[in-house]
Amino acid sequence: MSLQGNSNLHSHHNLLPAEPALRVEALETILIRKGLVDPAALGKIIDYYEHKVGPRHGAGVVAKSWIDQKFRSALVANATTAIASLNISGRQGEHIVAVENTPEVHNLVVCTLCSCYPWPLLGLPPAWYKSHAYRSRAVREPRRVLAEFGVDLMPSQKVRVWDSTSETRYMVVPMRPAGSECMNEGELAALVSRDSMIGAALAGIPEPT
Amino acid sequence: MTKFHDMGGRTCNEAICRTGREVNVFEREWHARALAATLAAGMLGAWNIDASRHARECLAEEDHGKLSYYEIWMAALANLLVRSGLVTRSELANPANADKVPLSASAAKAWQVDGILNKGSPTARETGNAPRFHLGQTVRASHPHSNRFLKGGHTRLPHYVQGRTGTICRSGEAHILPDSNAHYLGEQPEHLYSVRFSMAQLWQGDAERSDDEVVLDLWESYLEAA
Repeated sequence: MSLQGNSNLHSHHNLLPAEPALRVEALETILIRKGLVDPAALGKIIDYYEHKVGPRHGAGVVAKSWIDQKFRSALVANATTAIASLNISGRQGEHIVAVENTPEVHNLVVCTLCSCYPWPLLGLPPAWYKSHAYRSRAVREPRRVLAEFGVDLMPSQKVRVWDSTSETRYMVVPMRPAGSECMNEGELAALVSRDSMIGAALAGIPEPT
Repeated sequence: MTKFHDMGGRTCNEAICRTGREVNVFEREWHARALAATLAAGMLGAWNIDASRHARECLAEEDHGKLSYYEIWMAALANLLVRSGLVTRSELANPANADKVPLSASAAKAWQVDGILNKGSPTARETGNAPRFHLGQTVRASHPHSNRFLKGGHTRLPHYVQGRTGTICRSGEAHILPDSNAHYLGEQPEHLYSVRFSMAQLWQGDAERSDDEVVLDLWESYLEAA
């Protein structure tokens, strides 16, 4: 492999078909014919990201932190270890930091350089998280972005944006909503949306009973 | 001039389109297949995550303008396969003519996939060096900044923070240095710090609220004492 920087790189990908579905088929054909990829491994990877990880894992972590003070302290002190105790770990989640929303601080996570995101806790990122608009605006005008998302901040809250520039991945722990005092862990987890763990939403409000 | 991928703070009047609740993890079938091909090929170990990020970043400007997210992944994968010597240009042009060979010993087998994905690849490393900076210290992000190993090389210090002064709010571990690792120059781990910058420091009079903050994880060689 040559040591090349940014300039004058020879581009090879234009040899492939331009149409994306044909392009992926061409890549699969080459990889499989050349013995570089086990065809059955491709299906396993898709199944893993469609079914084995997703925001329900993160929601379970948040709900547990709401009812178990000891777990919450462990989560804030070292989230990687705390979530490993729940058998959550993996690619793009090797180093996790959990940041808590409070009446003083609202946290929002972005990756301005690419699309870094805590896969084992939240699954793959949604399209809006990867969009140029979000990556450009989140660090410059997070209040306008949050207002567009329908997030009402308290006057006492400052906004803290986490730009994921390293292999550390951030998860927001939203505030437990009022009216959820009598709910169990499973019911609480249902209030925790994916976007609330990015900081782009608040936890859901319990239905009055 | 900033590189295309370095988007933080760029003037942008576009609304962020959150089209309701996405029903599927993958919007299109080929998205899933592009991700799978990229991850499976990555498991060969011929390149690392920093090299693959760099391969996406250094696509031509016109590619960035016209290619969607997973199209960028596929373009970078094709380039990495050729540059690493695993695939030839003529094979890319005529995939069906590629010689059929048995599965490589370094390819991940289907039964290994879940284990590999569950394990991930931690980047924290031991380093013999004491950290140069301490919690609460005021530091400045380097400016002008560039990869110190290679002109135009990969780096993870966004443009919008270069030359700005912030406060170290978390420190502890050393991590693989992307600037080196992306170009196969070794891991060269450095201490990593979370640095808090006020909006007033980043955007001056344009700040929405001066005491709001942005926190970035920055490697020791990206910083100087202020």
